[in-house]
Amino acid sequence: MRARVLIRPKEGILDPQGQAVEQALPALGFRGVSNVHVGRLIELDVEDLSQVPVMCERLLANPLIEDYEVMEAARHPNGGALR
Amino acid sequence: MKFGVVRFPGSCDEVDALLACRRFGEAELLWHKDPDLHGVDAVVIPGGFSYGDYLRAGAIARFAPVMEAVIEFARAGGPVLGICNGFQVLCESGLLPGALLPNRSLRFVCRQVEVVVENPDSPFTRACDSGERLSVPVKHETGRYYAPVVPEEQVVLRYAPGHNPNGSQDDIAGVCSAERNVLGLMPHPEHAVDPLTGSADGGRLFESLALAPPAAAVAPLTGANAPVR
Repeated sequence: MRARVLIRPKEGILDPQGQAVEQALPALGFRGVSNVHVGRLIELDVEDLSQVPVMCERLLANPLIEDYEVMEAARHPNGGALR
Repeated sequence: MKFGVVRFPGSCDEVDALLACRRFGEAELLWHKDPDLHGVDAVVIPGGFSYGDYLRAGAIARFAPVMEAVIEFARAGGPVLGICNGFQVLCESGLLPGALLPNRSLRFVCRQVEVVVENPDSPFTRACDSGERLSVPVKHETGRYYAPVVPEEQVVLRYAPGHNPNGSQDDIAGVCSAERNVLGLMPHPEHAVDPLTGSADGGRLFESLALAPPAAAVAPLTGANAPVR
């Protein structure tokens, strides 16, 4: 199955990337934007979804500075096949 | 004193580190696939971009075969110095508290900074005086130190007022383990060992490591920290 892992900077940790994006959007005329945070998306095919949180704790995320969320994902339209 | 300097694919400061060590003792390179440490007395994890810094700086290097031996060596009380990327590797491996985040400026910073020796009571600073200022370069993009709690005695080096290049918490430039035998720092002492390059202050750290520890300062290691004999 396809697993999707969303990784976000932990609340309270300064996120200068999010701040930079937040400041760039009004410059393009977008209003009412706040609380922008930039994280990471990891998708992987796995046999056992229950292994993914363990992977997150050990490698995919750094739990000291990042939160992660694991979900089952629909397969990418190209089937995830390499070109 | 025999130093071992680890070389990962993507390391780039291992030769400068090797030459810095050789000013104060013998030194050799350790390859990332080495299963043991060749009997060295101290380990240096140098700067660079180990394994391309993919995922997070240091995240993949911590699983290199040589790191198993480094972790065992550190747990047994052996001195381990992590510089820049080496600091990131040591935090990721759990030998040091905290983590390194992208610089507040989001820019790669390359400049000479001054750091203050906050704690001379460590194997890495015992040649220094408390409050001594060292001029050393920094060059990194992911050097903003963060830790939920750092006991004050583990803060070995601080950026001098006005010199914090990355937004590090409490101006922390270098932090050691609770047992003080592992030190990580973002500045590069190995690039400041010859007055020709503007400062030889970085040599103080290697000089400290090469000094025999004063007998009274060697705390007995107990429990989980006891050396494996």
